[in-house]
Amino acid sequence: MSLLIKNALIVNPDKVSTKPMDILIEKGIIAKMDSSLKTSAKKTIDAAGKYVLPGLIDIHVHLREPGREDKETIETGSKSAVKGGFTSIFCMPNTNPVIDHAMIVEAIIKEANRVGLVNVFPIGAITKGQKNEELTDMSELKEAGCLALSDDGRAVSNSQLMRMAMEYSKMVDLLLIQHCEDPLLSNHGVMNEGINSTLLGLKGIPGVAETIIVARDIELAHYLKTKIHFAHMSLKRSVELIRFAKSQGINVTAEACPHHFSLTDDVVKSFDTNTKVNPPLRTAEDVEAIKQGLKDGTIDCITTDHAPHTREEKELEYDHAPFGMIGLETALGLSVSELVEKKYLTWPQLVNKMSTMPAKITGLVNKGEIKEGKDADMTIVDPKKEWTVQKENFSSKSKNSPFIGWKLKGSVEVTICGGKIVYQI
Amino acid sequence: MKEWNKHDLIDLQGLSKEEIELILTTAKSFKEVSTRDVKKVPVLRGKTVVLLFFEPSTRTRMSFELAAKRLSADTLNISAVSSSMSKGESLLDMAKNIEAMNVDMIVIRHGSSGVPKILAEALGPSIINAGDGCREHPTQGLLDVFTIKERYGKIAGLNVTIVGDILHSRVARSNIWALIKLGAKVTLCGPATLMPKGIETLGVKVSYDLKAVLNHSDVLMILRLQKERQQEKFLPSLREYARLFGVNQEKLNAASKNILIMHPGPTNRGVELSAEVADGTQSVILEQVTNGVAVRMAVLYLLLGTKDKGSEEIKNVFTH
Repeated sequence: MSLLIKNALIVNPDKVSTKPMDILIEKGIIAKMDSSLKTSAKKTIDAAGKYVLPGLIDIHVHLREPGREDKETIETGSKSAVKGGFTSIFCMPNTNPVIDHAMIVEAIIKEANRVGLVNVFPIGAITKGQKNEELTDMSELKEAGCLALSDDGRAVSNSQLMRMAMEYSKMVDLLLIQHCEDPLLSNHGVMNEGINSTLLGLKGIPGVAETIIVARDIELAHYLKTKIHFAHMSLKRSVELIRFAKSQGINVTAEACPHHFSLTDDVVKSFDTNTKVNPPLRTAEDVEAIKQGLKDGTIDCITTDHAPHTREEKELEYDHAPFGMIGLETALGLSVSELVEKKYLTWPQLVNKMSTMPAKITGLVNKGEIKEGKDADMTIVDPKKEWTVQKENFSSKSKNSPFIGWKLKGSVEVTICGGKIVYQI
Repeated sequence: MKEWNKHDLIDLQGLSKEEIELILTTAKSFKEVSTRDVKKVPVLRGKTVVLLFFEPSTRTRMSFELAAKRLSADTLNISAVSSSMSKGESLLDMAKNIEAMNVDMIVIRHGSSGVPKILAEALGPSIINAGDGCREHPTQGLLDVFTIKERYGKIAGLNVTIVGDILHSRVARSNIWALIKLGAKVTLCGPATLMPKGIETLGVKVSYDLKAVLNHSDVLMILRLQKERQQEKFLPSLREYARLFGVNQEKLNAASKNILIMHPGPTNRGVELSAEVADGTQSVILEQVTNGVAVRMAVLYLLLGTKDKGSEEIKNVFTH
């Protein structure tokens, strides 16, 4: 099976190709690239006027299967991913049962292959049952296919256990992803603590609940000479701590989510439970700092923290509704609208944040770039096209997005995964 | 009569000074009704008011019910102390069922902030917030400023101190909005652990020294201290709280002014105030309760009374 993409403006992390290129894909690999390929393929796509990006990679997704198939399944999550331009997604282990055993990893990969739309990389738990008590059998999780471990949804708050996790995961060469939240400090809060929580009478989550774990883990990484990846950074102060750590040569990486650079906690005034997310939406100052952090490289990548929830659950009181919003289908549009259009990032830099760096951080050596010999994962984007986020258009099983009604720039036209067209608008 | 065109009463944050003053003026007229032999006027005859309380309440619920009955409305009490989740029925679903029975107004109290606002956006009947989470308790704020105005003849320029657990108090928030809008100078006094973040940006002063603020207070609003706050580690002990922030006669005697003592009830005597103070000559705590009915009658009337011939109707009521 061969595929030829004609007249592509290729966006790699270093540059946008100066002239239209043809890309020949054979057996799932980028076989040949040239300004004019005189060859034929089984199928041809004309990408004139479009950008061709290395397939987007999201290292922070909740697929909910097994356990909460009413919110999302591997199948609906895969459909949502390819619609958003993603060709590889990493799913978090807070399922039921928790992804803390090789068999569960294998079952997820098997189902993802049956669906066959997108590469799914299960993230194993750091602690058994995500209970913060005992480490998982990490080497076995790795053999089953895990590239990273996390207790996402909660932090490994026990400092001694975290130390063990960092040392042990270094030995088996697995990335640790920390959900930075001191549960005693967040203390059942439901939104950012500040003037808005005061006026709304909602329980606040102080920023220090996040930064105290960021600071602690920086110190652990420094002391143990290990690496750590910080999930969904939401605060100016976190960006500053990471910037400091990097300046010291400490091996930390970090991600930020589109909602944390697109929204402030002002939107909670609506009491719309789709604005309830953990970490919570913060202030305008934090939003600006996240964007600056992305710009100067302090924040390495963009992830969605795609967190589907049913309508029934989100129609509860703000206090009782679950945290989380879906994000796979709005991530590129929000990133283009909020970061590229507003001059924080260039297109190549955006590709770096949404494909190249996620591949690098997780060790996907054949992904994240459009180059001969690399995997044929690609996202064809119309960079100028505007579209409106509509509830009924989501492929995700859940519709819990605070961005419904937003007009976004940058539209995913075609998604190619392993040389196969998995989505076409 | 000035303009009133609000459909719901959700918070005092969203009311103008003029709207608050209109409620106070209307309440003044209605206060007299409760002193009559026949305590009933027909302005809401045929209207149905549902009291939907998700939190236990005696005073507020009774006050609303009497207010509605004295205006000749039919009332229905629903105490749904457990959360809506327990029956698997969403709150909105339950409210829509009530709406489907063609009621005119729902007075709601709920432990979660924002519930009255969400209901007002989703439903046709008028909604009155009788307290939502830690957010607002607008009729309490209104009856408090009504009581102050009755005693001082004005609000503007007065020094009003609110003392206690500001963090968890919807009464404090509603009072802050009403008092600021009417021109009072507001000081908040309480333990640092119970002072909400960023509250100073509203233009209020924050103090941790009760004795100092008493010296320049005209009014002291004492909040109820939930005893659970000690278990939640906000306080070392109730004893320590009483020592620093409890109001007793000795502290009042040391102040330079004769301070008006208020409390939204129910009081924790011996904790936030002494029995002597609660029952003393400076206390208007029971007057607040009396005024609560009048203020709620005013709110019910303004929200439900026939809008077009409102002024005529109200005139008839008070001149008969």
